[in-house]
Amino acid sequence: MFKFDKLVFGDAGWGDEFLIATLMTLLVSILSMGLGLFLAIITVWAKIIQNRITRFIANFYTTVIRGVPELLVIYLIFFGGNAVVMSIAKVFGYNKYIELNALTIATIAIAVISATYSSEVLRASYLAISKGQIEAARALGMNKFSIFFKVISPQVIRHALPGIGNVWQITLKDTSLISVTGLVEIMRQSRISSNVEHSPLTFLITAAILYLCLTTISGRVFKTLEVNYSKGFST
Amino acid sequence: MIEFLNSIENSLIYENFFLVLSGLDNTILLLLISLPVGFVLALLFALGRVSKIALLSRTIASYIFVIRGTPLLVQIYLIYFGLGSVKFIRESFLWYALKEPFWCGVIALTINTVAYGAEIFRGGIQSIEKSQVESGLSLGFGKFLLLRKIILPIAIRKVLPSYGNELILMVKATSLVSLTTYMEMTGIARKIMAKTFAPVEAFIAAGILYLFLNFLMVQFVKYLEWKYNPHLRLNN
Repeated sequence: MFKFDKLVFGDAGWGDEFLIATLMTLLVSILSMGLGLFLAIITVWAKIIQNRITRFIANFYTTVIRGVPELLVIYLIFFGGNAVVMSIAKVFGYNKYIELNALTIATIAIAVISATYSSEVLRASYLAISKGQIEAARALGMNKFSIFFKVISPQVIRHALPGIGNVWQITLKDTSLISVTGLVEIMRQSRISSNVEHSPLTFLITAAILYLCLTTISGRVFKTLEVNYSKGFST
Repeated sequence: MIEFLNSIENSLIYENFFLVLSGLDNTILLLLISLPVGFVLALLFALGRVSKIALLSRTIASYIFVIRGTPLLVQIYLIYFGLGSVKFIRESFLWYALKEPFWCGVIALTINTVAYGAEIFRGGIQSIEKSQVESGLSLGFGKFLLLRKIILPIAIRKVLPSYGNELILMVKATSLVSLTTYMEMTGIARKIMAKTFAPVEAFIAAGILYLFLNFLMVQFVKYLEWKYNPHLRLNN
């Protein structure tokens, strides 16, 4: 039933393939988490400046993406991403066929999803900063950039870390959906291997264990980070 | 005006909308079974998790750990492809359910929501003030009565917002069952995208329906919150 001998490294088993697939999952997760945080910062900015249009756009984006299944968003970007990039390229006078590679599509798709969750976390932790802090910084004559980098950011990071840890876990698990686009990460690798070896149970359990390891280890990392960032704040 | 209506009628969105709509009942069918069963089991699992029987509590804790640590897609595939490949399961009565993608989807969704739900309910049960339980005990309540009249109503009431979140996640999670050839809304939308190469139109059609389902879910949870929190109502 469970064929351990198929999981050895080298040509006889799928060990090395799974190692590469795991690294690919990690790569997609980290890239899309980073891009997602960047998008989330823009979204939060659009929500907190007093502008009706940007706020409407940001709210529309987060509501729609959070209300629609992740798989649907991935399909949209997978099937429609090329057309969008090509039409943008046409504006700049480039008329040849462009094909985005699977990693780019995967990163963008997961980032678009993860950004909606991150933005809620970041917004809540921004609102948790008391107004007095910003006023005090202004009274000291700090300009906007130093207020952002020296007063707001450190506190937002501390407040947001537990929430961002949750978003990271969700993002990590969402990368399994990317297998539908053909990018060889853990999920795709386990489907390929089980089709070749006719033993789905072996490789699917392997995939489950790999995901479990990834989520557990990254959970530990976030715990350590939280302790590190809340130094001086007894909890 | 009539021309405009005609153009809408002939448009791909209009056509797709009704195509995707034909998958709505399949999506709802998945939810109709997995959500109530998941709710009851989640409550039982939460009670087992907080019980003083170490073995029961540990077992449920590790179950929750495994399910929350792996993607739902892995669980669906494990049940659909994995269990189907085991010979003695194929020969047992379980095969009547496991050969159908629908039942595999229902089982996977239930297993998943039970783990998340149990963790939510555990938080609710543990947040009950001790004085509530003690006053119940001083009135001579038995264990079962205490559970029925004090612990469960307060716990469920407290966690309604987070359980509502989980319900919305479940609505979205049904889309993954489409990967086991079960034709619900996302499966049909995917077919349209692959056939017509009009991803935006298919996405809008399916997206509107999912947003509508989630909107109904939010309203339902809001109603429950209103109903079970009479002390928080502003005007009564």
